[in-house]
Amino acid sequence: MTRHYSALSLLKEGLGGHRGWEPAWRSPQPKSRYDVVVVGGGGHGLATAYYLARTHGIRDVAVIEKGWIGGGNTGRNTTVVRSNYFFPESAALYEMALKLYEGLSRELDFNIMLSQRGMLSLAHSPMEMELAARTVNAMQINGIDAELLGIDEVRRKIPAYDFGPGARHPVLGGVWQGRGGTARHDAVAWGYARAADGLGVDLIQGCEVEDFIVEGGRCRGVKTTRGEIRADRVGVAVAGHSSVLAAKAGFGLPVTSYTLQACVSEPVKPIVDCVVLAPALGTYVSQSDKGDLVFGGGLDRIPSYAQRGNLPVLETVITGLLEMFPCFRQLKLMRQWAGIVDVVPDSSPILGESPLPGLFLNCGWGTGGFKAIPAGGVLLAHLLATGRHHEVSRPFDLDRFARGRLIDEAAGSGIAH
Amino acid sequence: MQLFPCPFCGPRAESEFHFAGDLGNARPDDGDVSDARWSAYLHTRRNPKGAAREVWMHLTCGEIFAMDRDTVTHRVSGSHALAEGSTP
Repeated sequence: MTRHYSALSLLKEGLGGHRGWEPAWRSPQPKSRYDVVVVGGGGHGLATAYYLARTHGIRDVAVIEKGWIGGGNTGRNTTVVRSNYFFPESAALYEMALKLYEGLSRELDFNIMLSQRGMLSLAHSPMEMELAARTVNAMQINGIDAELLGIDEVRRKIPAYDFGPGARHPVLGGVWQGRGGTARHDAVAWGYARAADGLGVDLIQGCEVEDFIVEGGRCRGVKTTRGEIRADRVGVAVAGHSSVLAAKAGFGLPVTSYTLQACVSEPVKPIVDCVVLAPALGTYVSQSDKGDLVFGGGLDRIPSYAQRGNLPVLETVITGLLEMFPCFRQLKLMRQWAGIVDVVPDSSPILGESPLPGLFLNCGWGTGGFKAIPAGGVLLAHLLATGRHHEVSRPFDLDRFARGRLIDEAAGSGIAH
Repeated sequence: MQLFPCPFCGPRAESEFHFAGDLGNARPDDGDVSDARWSAYLHTRRNPKGAAREVWMHLTCGEIFAMDRDTVTHRVSGSHALAEGSTP
């Protein structure tokens, strides 16, 4: 059976009718005990398991997923990666993720189709231009590539935009991060899953956590639909369902779950070759390698666990897109979908040990979890392996809410929270 | 477009309403309030999956009221005005 992916193995399997490929991961029965159990088989959970095995040598690990690998928000986002945040704490976090993304295809032997085509955040007024300059300054001070673009440069980047005299949203310039772009979201989940499995991690799909095993005031494992699984430490990376699991563990979180929608058009020839965000309109768009326009916008304003969207926000997003690019009016909308995101008051993630000792959190990414997957994995793995914070995750501990040390990235998150 | 029942105006479009938090999240005002308790009041949310009891504001009439709603099906089972002088 062929496991390694290379031009040579492709040639060999091609000659043999592609019948010798090994499945990318096993489907083992859960054992009764592991060193570490990670709840949530999305990007963050899978990356956590991978870095536990690779960086810390902890290979007796299970990832428990109630549905299937990458079937939640990891498969529902709009695949944008970037690190254009404002505060030094956030810059360190998201830049760690982007740097790991830059080497990930090679590291995982799995093409995540990273395309650093650049990201453009538009400014529509003199005031927004001042804020754009402030953002660029902050990013550069934080050591992240950023450029303030004027109108002529924006015209060259997105010629299809409505720059006409009657434009509803005239543009003055924007913030450019050239290293931003997109990556294939499913490939990120599958690549981490395959690499973790190769290092001995058990990926248990179709297994839902019903409760935690608590002994002596400490989390000792999970009770699942497929029996009890004990572990020295448990990590939870379940995004929009974080509050549900926290309630089972006996504590509350500063999280509200909302629906975030996205859609794709029919595929067309190349017309937008970067990621374009108009914060004022609450709309952003990029074009996939297949040619369809992938776009989304703000949250539905109604707390929800329904993985579908409401029409008012969809209307706002599409209206914004058509005002930006009037030539998109003739396009057919192919699909629309939604995920449940975990929104926190300061639009920054929560990383650290929970109020129940032995249980560690990775949540609160809100609308921006995909871009952070490698860092979320590295940091939760560090917490689970050592019991202590990595210096990058320390500011994002749950204790920041009581200490008043919020990291308010309402603007950096791009989409209004 | 879903219709939400404002106790004062009747059924109105969802876009006219603003979510304002959990029902019964009373402001701690008994003097010595710890950081943890104050933080819990400000930030911690029940965020239930399923039946929820919430405070909403109808932006067009400006009234704040209670609404019982299911966060999975979005079905609204009732709404009522808050009692005079009570804490939401």
